[in-house]
Amino acid sequence: MGNKVRTTMEKLTNRATAVDRSPLTFGERLYLPAIFKGLRITLGHIFKKKATVKYPEEKRPFSPVFRGLHVLNRDEEGRERCTACGLCALACPAEAITMEAAERLPGEENLYREEKYAAKYEINMLRCIFCGFCEEACPKDAVYLSETVMPANYSREGFIYKKGDLLIPHPQKQEQGNK
Amino acid sequence: MLLLHIDTAFLIEKIILISVILGGSLGVAMYATWAERKVAAIMQDRVGPNRAGPFGLLQPLADGLKLFFKEEIIPDRSTRFLFILGPCLAMLTALMTSSIVPWGPDFTLKNGHTVSLQVADINIGILFVFGVVSLGVYGIMLGGWASNNKFSLLSSIRSASQAISYELAMGISLIALLMMTGSLSLREIVAQQHGFWDGHWPTWNVFKQPLGFLIFLVCSFAELNRAPFDLAEAESELNMGYHQEYSSMKLGFYLFAEYINLFVSSAILITLFWGGYNFPFMDKVAAGVSPVLFSIICVLVLITKVIFMILFFMAVRWTLPRFRYDQLMKLGWRSLIPLALVNMVITGAVILWVIK
Repeated sequence: MGNKVRTTMEKLTNRATAVDRSPLTFGERLYLPAIFKGLRITLGHIFKKKATVKYPEEKRPFSPVFRGLHVLNRDEEGRERCTACGLCALACPAEAITMEAAERLPGEENLYREEKYAAKYEINMLRCIFCGFCEEACPKDAVYLSETVMPANYSREGFIYKKGDLLIPHPQKQEQGNK
Repeated sequence: MLLLHIDTAFLIEKIILISVILGGSLGVAMYATWAERKVAAIMQDRVGPNRAGPFGLLQPLADGLKLFFKEEIIPDRSTRFLFILGPCLAMLTALMTSSIVPWGPDFTLKNGHTVSLQVADINIGILFVFGVVSLGVYGIMLGGWASNNKFSLLSSIRSASQAISYELAMGISLIALLMMTGSLSLREIVAQQHGFWDGHWPTWNVFKQPLGFLIFLVCSFAELNRAPFDLAEAESELNMGYHQEYSSMKLGFYLFAEYINLFVSSAILITLFWGGYNFPFMDKVAAGVSPVLFSIICVLVLITKVIFMILFFMAVRWTLPRFRYDQLMKLGWRSLIPLALVNMVITGAVILWVIK
């Protein structure tokens, strides 16, 4: 009973009208009234608002949940937060993240927050689908998706972002630089 | 040696005038491409070219430069000579028509030398226009045929038959006008439309020949290969039409010739029907200013009218869809030609029995 075969197509809306193929009347064959009607419509558009956003000068605000380019975070003292646990790489559905872990040597406490750190951290932006799972997976709040759109590049190699490309600037060094 | 006795002042005057008109036509045609894009943009609620210079005013320069630097390709199987001749002919005929348009009234310099703002006052002016315009078909025809491409050939044949069909109605609609003016010289026709009001009746021919103007206007759309009659460039059927195989500046010549044609035929339309450089209260203005300044004002009036005409052509292009080919032919042969004939007969009857 459930599989009733439909013989005629049901109308989806009530807006459908049959095509009128009756021959044109004399008034219609003159074309001119229709042309003036058309011109009135098109010329009326002179005063309409333009739909264009003049992009480089004028930018539309992003949605609050926008997920852009990745950043690797530092803590307040400028130490890298990432411990190379690999959870982001595991969470990544596109397998865009690669990393190599290394052990912190004595004297590097001001560089890395934990005893283990990422010696190599790469995100292949051509693979990345900007889902934000890495951000959710990170237990150390190290990887974040910023509000920057990924810039274009001339080569494929340019899309593989190294740790240097991803790390945010050192807060204290930046302050010194500003002074 | 009498044959070599050339009036140097006359020669210099004409050379200056020709260069100014040539440069002017090219300049207007350049900015017509910009205006076309702007008009299209405005009608579609877009912004249009706005990157190159203020309001995108340098866009035509950028486009021209781009066309110059493009690779020049001449198809292997094309007829080389005719392939190159095509765009040249299109450009040549487009520019030739401007020589008989009276751009302004004559004025006399202080040394008694009279300067005419018309390159050549031929007494068969309108016939000359028709001759040159029909020659313009050869540019398209040769280009389409020589490129050895089915689409180009089809398009050029379409274009040629369209031009020939509409020339008939155009000519007949003009005969009615000529019966009223009694002259083929454009200078004479403009002089007859002096001012705006002769005391009883507007002097401009459009008020005397409204139907003739309408037919002439529709036919000029067809002659210019412009929408709604741009069958020669129907992208959906013929790819790019007769200039399919052209590249670089040869393509530029075709596109450019189209806009020069637009400018010149607008000028001819204004001259024939909308009073040329005449404007209301021109006698009062003429009495108030020096003759040179008055001539300049007249030229500016003509240019303003021409610009409005060009904008009208553009507005129509971006409003109407393209005619189907059989509809186009039907309109030309079964509507416009009989209408033009009726108009001619009525004009003749009015001249014979009413005006005398």
